[in-house]
Amino acid sequence: MNFNNLESLYRSVIMDHYKHPRNKGALESGTLTIDMNNPTCGDEIQLNLEVEEGIIKDVKFNGHGCSISMASASMMTEAVKGQTVERALEMGDEFSKMMLGEDYEIAEDMGDAEALSGVSQFPARIKCATLSWKALEKGFPEAHE
Amino acid sequence: MDIQKIRSDFDILNEKVNGKDLNYLDTSATSLTPNVVVNKQVEYYKKYNANVHRGVHTLGSLATDHYEQARMKVRKFIGAKRFEEIVFTRGTTASLNMIARALGDLVINEGDEIVVTEMEHHANIVPWQEVAKRKNAKLVFVPIEEDGTIAEESVQSVMSEKTKILAITHVSNVLGTINDIKTFAKIAHDHGAYIVVDGAQAVPHMKVDVVDLDVDFYAFSAHKMLGPTGIGVLYGKVELLEQMEPTEYGGDMIDYVYKETSTWTDLPVKFEAGTPMIAEAIALGAAIDYLEEIGMDNIHDYEEELVKYAYNRMSEVEGIQIYGPSSDKRAGLITFNMDGVHPHDLATALDSEGIAVRAGHHCAQPLMKWLGTNSTARASFYIYNTKEDIDSLIKGLERTKEFFSYEF
Repeated sequence: MNFNNLESLYRSVIMDHYKHPRNKGALESGTLTIDMNNPTCGDEIQLNLEVEEGIIKDVKFNGHGCSISMASASMMTEAVKGQTVERALEMGDEFSKMMLGEDYEIAEDMGDAEALSGVSQFPARIKCATLSWKALEKGFPEAHE
Repeated sequence: MDIQKIRSDFDILNEKVNGKDLNYLDTSATSLTPNVVVNKQVEYYKKYNANVHRGVHTLGSLATDHYEQARMKVRKFIGAKRFEEIVFTRGTTASLNMIARALGDLVINEGDEIVVTEMEHHANIVPWQEVAKRKNAKLVFVPIEEDGTIAEESVQSVMSEKTKILAITHVSNVLGTINDIKTFAKIAHDHGAYIVVDGAQAVPHMKVDVVDLDVDFYAFSAHKMLGPTGIGVLYGKVELLEQMEPTEYGGDMIDYVYKETSTWTDLPVKFEAGTPMIAEAIALGAAIDYLEEIGMDNIHDYEEELVKYAYNRMSEVEGIQIYGPSSDKRAGLITFNMDGVHPHDLATALDSEGIAVRAGHHCAQPLMKWLGTNSTARASFYIYNTKEDIDSLIKGLERTKEFFSYEF
């Protein structure tokens, strides 16, 4: 037996985010709360965002789910903290492209998110990785109109 | 039972998954399909592809004969007295929705109660929630015992003169609990209520006799019993089906159509509007033939042996928690969790070894809440599985535990 292809999915940076999530919890001064779930598997996430003049000043998340969904949420919060809403949503678009196996551009400001690129080889798990980014997008419905 | 012979009847078992031999442990979601059933479906399209119950040409008669023969096979298989009591539907979910609508309209009034259990699949909860909303009735839940069973006294205690329907699963798709339907049917009838049974996880695995159980309605799907997807059965007592209004209208189900109104044709076609799933129904008949040739009692005994073996071996793996009743009181499935590993990650890891298990909430969120978890993994067994499959599952579980306990 070998778990070689598993290692391409569960890279150590992912497991590190899973076991030691960044920005986990709730914001007391949260100006925006978004709930999102994946009805097919039961994963749930709650995002708290503090947005001032178009900038994400602070962000935290709570939830439960598999290593991929929770690690992705942790990475996402790291990436978008301090960014403009516009840039944060752009990051989400690039992340989606990466999941779909399309050409994507992961800039340095997106932190560890690229470590999840292996997920695109596991179609059943793509929704796990995109859950937190979808939650972020849901927080700014006007942005896509 | 010659398992190697049975396995050779399933071409899909020759498929490689991630470079490994397929080890299919997800029958509770859908069973594999033997070649004879696949071929039966093809036979319809190649030899007598025509619509049923209409037209006078030869192919039409052949198709109708095969379709109605399949209905007779189902009737005999579940011990129903009359063919009028066998309605073909899209599956268990469609059967339960149909019954919730048609029986709900007939017997539920404001203030009445509908009783379900906490172990139901969403398909046997949500349709009743909607009936309750529509009729201003109340949905009442029978609690589950600590060991994952439903106690007779618990059913008794929630029944009253307000209870009109008891809707309950025969076998839990999560806990593997086998409910004592015969006893519960008597309790329902003693209170003047009807019993509706979700038999999706029972009919494929044990001898079911609807007359002996004395159930009013019984629903199941073909795709969990070696048959094709997209077809299922609703059994109903003829005197009740006769009183119920159809839930879909159109071709085939009418007796006469006037400009302003129409009358309905006889049972069971009254409940089968439009062109039915002809090839699928015929293939379901072939699946029944296949199961009967092996014998339902043999199948049940074999699965019992497999699940006992799996239960014992899995209990020996440290960090595995098994849900539901003990191994001598359960159907052929084991729902479990591994400490520190989310079931999705577990299922992905096993998949990389060619082992297919289910992970998630199994369409039973209220039950997940009762278990105190959000999701679980499940391994389920059928006639094509072997003890070697279980041995390789155990190996996979050990490997997975090792992989995820590594300090990254």
